[in-house]
Amino acid sequence: MIKKLMSKLMDKFLTGIFKRKKKIRLGLYGPPNGGKTTLANKICEDWLGKGNAMGTVSAIEHETREVTVKEQIIVKSKDNKKEIEFTLADTPGIATRIDYEDFMKKGMKAKEAKKRAKEATKGVIDAIKWLDEMDCVIVVLDSTKDPYSQVNITIIGNLAARDIPVLVVANKIDMKKANVKKIENAFPQYSVVPISAKKGKNIEKFYESLFEVAD
Amino acid sequence: MNPYSKWLIKMIHVLTIEFIPYFEIERLDSSARIDRLLKVVKQNKIVLLEGRLKKTEESDLIAKTMSMIDEHFKGIELAVVDPDKAESRRFIERLRKEVVSLLLGDRQGFTIIGPANIVKEIKKDPNKIQLLTEEVREKFPHKKKQGSSKKKKRR
Repeated sequence: MIKKLMSKLMDKFLTGIFKRKKKIRLGLYGPPNGGKTTLANKICEDWLGKGNAMGTVSAIEHETREVTVKEQIIVKSKDNKKEIEFTLADTPGIATRIDYEDFMKKGMKAKEAKKRAKEATKGVIDAIKWLDEMDCVIVVLDSTKDPYSQVNITIIGNLAARDIPVLVVANKIDMKKANVKKIENAFPQYSVVPISAKKGKNIEKFYESLFEVAD
Repeated sequence: MNPYSKWLIKMIHVLTIEFIPYFEIERLDSSARIDRLLKVVKQNKIVLLEGRLKKTEESDLIAKTMSMIDEHFKGIELAVVDPDKAESRRFIERLRKEVVSLLLGDRQGFTIIGPANIVKEIKKDPNKIQLLTEEVREKFPHKKKQGSSKKKKRR
């Protein structure tokens, strides 16, 4: 705790001297299939160029089963006056249940489904362990789904308990069933940015909000 | 015994709820608390805990659950009902909540934890909580067309 505090103070001190850029460890957290990897890919392609995708996406849950890290992502403000250097961590979706039979229902063979389930459980444990390493977290929620799930509340509550700044993203607003208001009502103490990571909708607003939270 | 009686017995069996009063976990450390709760859940019982875990304990509970998942244990469904959560603009109301929170701490509200093979989903919105059980009827085809096995709790 003291070590982390000292590190943060040192970072602030150095940033103050050089007026250059900050280095922030930014984590993407949320339940499975919220669109974390799609957003990570969008961020990487926007600031590192095409062909720098972070991971593969799939309609089957738990496609991301390891924490993936991309360093030196420099995001600039709209007026180009400020920039922040991020180390971006895309984490596996946090869940309380993982059933290999659910994967089999989506067409996987038993052996493959069991392997995926085993890797997914390890992924969730790793994602939780990594919480302590984050300076700032984007919680990516699927705006077509019920936001009052305990997983969402636990993730956000944990971040609050650790004093980590949070930006809530209401993803998939291009879908008909999207309900951003419901997410805003569920987490009134946080700023909620509606986006479509897949279509790039409202992504500028997302970067602006990211600056506000991380700066 | 006819198949319907067997199905009824199974229905009764799958909905065993064990109430754990807060004093039972109060003096335990985080790890022992989680073990205590998961031990009951692994017996295919639904835990109704008086009060709530700390936020970090909730994430530890998820991590511990993940480490236990195998072909038979599929995880848990979890919901915390926190009466203190509802926002209030009135100063007196906020003050009252602060005082209650100070006095009761984590003893407020209640927590439901169910094994994933029995509890399909716990739906929560600010005013009600619904505990949906797995479709036991799938294992009893004659009853397939009847309504779902749903247990509803309101607060």
